[in-house]
Amino acid sequence: MADILCVIEQRGGAIRKGANELLTAARQLADQSGGRVDALVCGDGAVTGVDALGAAGADRVLTASHAAFGHYAPEAIVATVQSLAGQYGAVLVAATATGKDLAPRLAAAIGAPCGMDVTAVSAAGDAIRVVRPVYAGKAIQTLDLAGTAVVAVRPGAYPAVASAKAGAVESLAVPAFTPRLTVTGIAAPEKATLDVAEARVVIAGGRGLGEPQHFGLLEELAAAFGGEAAVGASRAVVDAGWIEHGAQVGQTGKTVAPELYIAVGVSGAIQHLAGMRTARTIVAINRDKDAPIFKVADFGIVGDLFEVVPALTAAIKVAKGQ
Amino acid sequence: MKIAICLRRVPDTTAKIAIGPSGVAIDEAGVKFVPNPYDEYALEAGIALKEAAGAGETVVVSFGGDNVQETMRTALAMGVDRAVHLQGTPSADGLANARVLADHLRDGGYDLILFGKVAVDDYGQQTGAMVAELLGRPCATAITSLVIEGGTAKVTREVEGGVESAQCSLPAVFTCDKGLNTPRLPGLKGIMSAKKKPLDVVPTVAGAAQVTVVSLALPPERAAGRIVGEGAAAVPALIAALTNDAKVL
Repeated sequence: MADILCVIEQRGGAIRKGANELLTAARQLADQSGGRVDALVCGDGAVTGVDALGAAGADRVLTASHAAFGHYAPEAIVATVQSLAGQYGAVLVAATATGKDLAPRLAAAIGAPCGMDVTAVSAAGDAIRVVRPVYAGKAIQTLDLAGTAVVAVRPGAYPAVASAKAGAVESLAVPAFTPRLTVTGIAAPEKATLDVAEARVVIAGGRGLGEPQHFGLLEELAAAFGGEAAVGASRAVVDAGWIEHGAQVGQTGKTVAPELYIAVGVSGAIQHLAGMRTARTIVAINRDKDAPIFKVADFGIVGDLFEVVPALTAAIKVAKGQ
Repeated sequence: MKIAICLRRVPDTTAKIAIGPSGVAIDEAGVKFVPNPYDEYALEAGIALKEAAGAGETVVVSFGGDNVQETMRTALAMGVDRAVHLQGTPSADGLANARVLADHLRDGGYDLILFGKVAVDDYGQQTGAMVAELLGRPCATAITSLVIEGGTAKVTREVEGGVESAQCSLPAVFTCDKGLNTPRLPGLKGIMSAKKKPLDVVPTVAGAAQVTVVSLALPPERAAGRIVGEGAAAVPALIAALTNDAKVL
């Protein structure tokens, strides 16, 4: 096995963030057996950031250029990877929305097992061993994947480590493919808000807010963190239509692992805890001192959120020098 | 319009998870099983599309042991016309399972094959896209809207920092995300009629698995935290803890 292929994501002719994390995972896996890391970049013409992939751990950078790559073009990427896959022990992608769409297609096309959303990947004899959260993080599964494996690595699992490699760029022909799905564009969301899955700080609201408009209090607290905080929510309030479903944290929503998670008026149902228990620091603000959320919180304040949150917002502004 | 909806039986999301004696699977004792929540969006989409078309057929398909029949009755109660039980033992290898589904669906004459975007047990997030690839059909995953006009489907899906639009011709395969619709609850009439709807059993054998479960374990417990105080007066103590202990400010 030994050699690893990383499929690097680009959008609009620029490498997406997360490429260096993926190369770090690939580098560690390849170094276990003295293998090579190749990065594949599929673009419509030149892609910004290709030159930096060597410094992140790529021995070679393969660039495949085709007009279809102006948008995500799954069939074209699958055909390109399929033409190379026999040379590699594993194919790695980032477990982003696009990567999670691509990984199973690649696996089916090359007849490989697929490890989805993994937090650790290593070699175990001839197999690729992956560790991944299941049951929304209520349990951790370890799998051995035989043969060439397709592995989608969860963003944030591998902090990027610089590893100066040659990163020699070689161009690659895109083999013939039959387009079946045509991506027509990406629209920016109506409100330019940070995704809860990507934010350093998440402020989550639950039924304790009482009414949908009280999410405004959380937005003010999020704003005090100066663009690094997102507002999340429990399932109860998403299902009640108080906030869009993209904000939901938990087993039927997003799994988040921010540096700071502040749960406001969230009781802490088991399916919510599953989605946020790996946050580095958890703060709970709740009127009910017996709420389950306090069992996972590092720091808790028992009290009326309508008094505590504005005071906290003011204090964060001071701490942040606003 | 002939529509297949693939259904998984999963533990209820409120279930507490304990590891079984094998060390590679959960202890199912006392755990309530339900239709996978994301599959309910697929069921609703399929039923609504057939209703709108005024003709066609909806078929719910599930691969697993005999207990999936009960789960499929819920789908029949929602309004699906009939059920197919691919009787067998799924493995941890999503591709081996996808091959079983693809082999059954290939010649079924389906215009649409729908899945949930993820099953909330193993979080594999792969079966739908694999079935599409195996069948050589267009596929979009985690869709939040679906419009079919003529033989063309237009979908949207959430990606980081935006909403991606895509289109393809039918027949096609889609996996469904929250936001696509609001699944209906089965009514009493539906529950009664579900008992009489056809449920065909097809014995199947999955191919050799390339995936082995090495272990299943509970995540490490979080260390006990502390209540820093009550009410707004506790905010300075919280700020101090976040600054000095957690160092996140």
